[in-house]
Amino acid sequence: MVATVLRVKRCLLRLRKTRPKSLKVLRFKKIWISNLIRVHLLAFDKNRIDTREFKGNNREDLLRSLARENTQLLINELWKLPTERVKDVIVAKLPEPTTPLPREKPLPKQKPPTKWEQFAKLKGIQKKKKTNLVWDEVHKEWKRRWGYKRAKDDTKEWLIEVPENADPKEDQFAKRNVAKKERVAKNEFNRLKNIARAQKIKVPGMGLAPTSSQSKSELAQAASVAKISNASVGKFQQNLPKEKTPRNTGIRRKFQPVIGDFGGERQKQLDLLKLMGSKKPRLDITKAVNKQMREEDMDSSDKKKKGAGKKGRKGNMSGKGKGNFKGRAGGKGKVPKGKGRKPPMKQGKR
Amino acid sequence: MRPLTDEETKTMFEKLSKYIGENIKILVDRPDGTYCFRLHNDRVYYMSDKMLKLATNFARNQLVSVGSCFGKFTKTLKFRLHITALDFLAPYAKFKVWVKPGAEQSFLYGNHVLKSGLGRITENTAQYQGVVVYSMADVPLGFGVAAKTTQECRKVDPLSIVVFHQADIDKYLYDKQHL
Repeated sequence: MVATVLRVKRCLLRLRKTRPKSLKVLRFKKIWISNLIRVHLLAFDKNRIDTREFKGNNREDLLRSLARENTQLLINELWKLPTERVKDVIVAKLPEPTTPLPREKPLPKQKPPTKWEQFAKLKGIQKKKKTNLVWDEVHKEWKRRWGYKRAKDDTKEWLIEVPENADPKEDQFAKRNVAKKERVAKNEFNRLKNIARAQKIKVPGMGLAPTSSQSKSELAQAASVAKISNASVGKFQQNLPKEKTPRNTGIRRKFQPVIGDFGGERQKQLDLLKLMGSKKPRLDITKAVNKQMREEDMDSSDKKKKGAGKKGRKGNMSGKGKGNFKGRAGGKGKVPKGKGRKPPMKQGKR
Repeated sequence: MRPLTDEETKTMFEKLSKYIGENIKILVDRPDGTYCFRLHNDRVYYMSDKMLKLATNFARNQLVSVGSCFGKFTKTLKFRLHITALDFLAPYAKFKVWVKPGAEQSFLYGNHVLKSGLGRITENTAQYQGVVVYSMADVPLGFGVAAKTTQECRKVDPLSIVVFHQADIDKYLYDKQHL
């Protein structure tokens, strides 16, 4: 939107005349009349109103004068537009209304620099503009610097001198063609690598890259690529002995939908629980041992309790024993057998 | 958010069964509605289907938590219970340990339960059995693993560890960022 700022000194001077002399402030009048505003015959005065004056008695006068001045400016602006006379009336032609719309899509992101661009920036190498056409001495005409029908085209030579240290039987033409093809291929590969780097994805797999020393994982990767590089995508390829399937291959895990079959899910979990329950060994040895230990403990504690009671009774018994001559066996019969046997043994030992 | 795979479900149930045994059935098959486990950010959440449907309105990266968190899967794909699961473990716990009032605080500060602090223990507790720790007033405080069987507990000296501490409700205060 083109905005025009108008500085009108003439109005200012008039304004100063009307003002009290104490206020000798030089004030530039600025009103904003944009294209949009011109269409709708609208103007904004963005100057701050002098509050002291505004609060004073002649507020109405101030407002009136401001309104008048600004209207004048607007009309001045109107006069700058092309006018025409229609039936004795001067008519200004307003500009066509336009509606600026915001951009739909965000601004395109800047492309990340290629490897060469990074290197050139590091080294401070700048692009030099070269002419497209160069003079070819042989053909005596202007030819392209490179590409089809280029000047000094080394693939179109009819004779190549065999270098001194080269194999005399080597085909120099074929050698050049191969070298050219390799350069093209390398350039293409670099281009793809640049794209891959820009999109932050892995560099396209190229099997075994010619490096001086390959690691185990690189070799494994190359082997796996080679394996699927046939017409049937490796479907009928047999595994080598001891060959491990490379990682990150095979079927991707697919998860159940978040809101799916709740009943089926529950049933699956219940089945799993049933399976887990059935897998438990029926005889938990540690548990059994613990139980046994507990029972033994209980027994021994019982014994201790009863034993303690018996000691007391023992005295009685011995008393009874003394009085055994009377031949009373009924009292003894109440005592449990196993325990009843012990005291006589002890007695016997004594 | 996604349902657990079979393997994940198994890992989680195996861990849960250490504490509540076959009572997991009660969590899975509830009479009061459909409840399910969902995995989100490696954490397992337990929620009703209604809540799940509401939660799907939020993008994955904006959803912090939904329902109650049972625990999380570690990077080595083991399942670790969180203290937030205590509400579901405590009512169905098979093996319990009651801690004396004096030892409560020590347990809540992350220490193991010593024999001296042991109030009661369920009979026939095996060694390394998952147990829920209660205060003497039957308030669930956390859970852990029995270091000794009930039988051994009777004989050991008062300063030996009886229950290994795993999680306690103090985590709500001091370990909030990891919940």
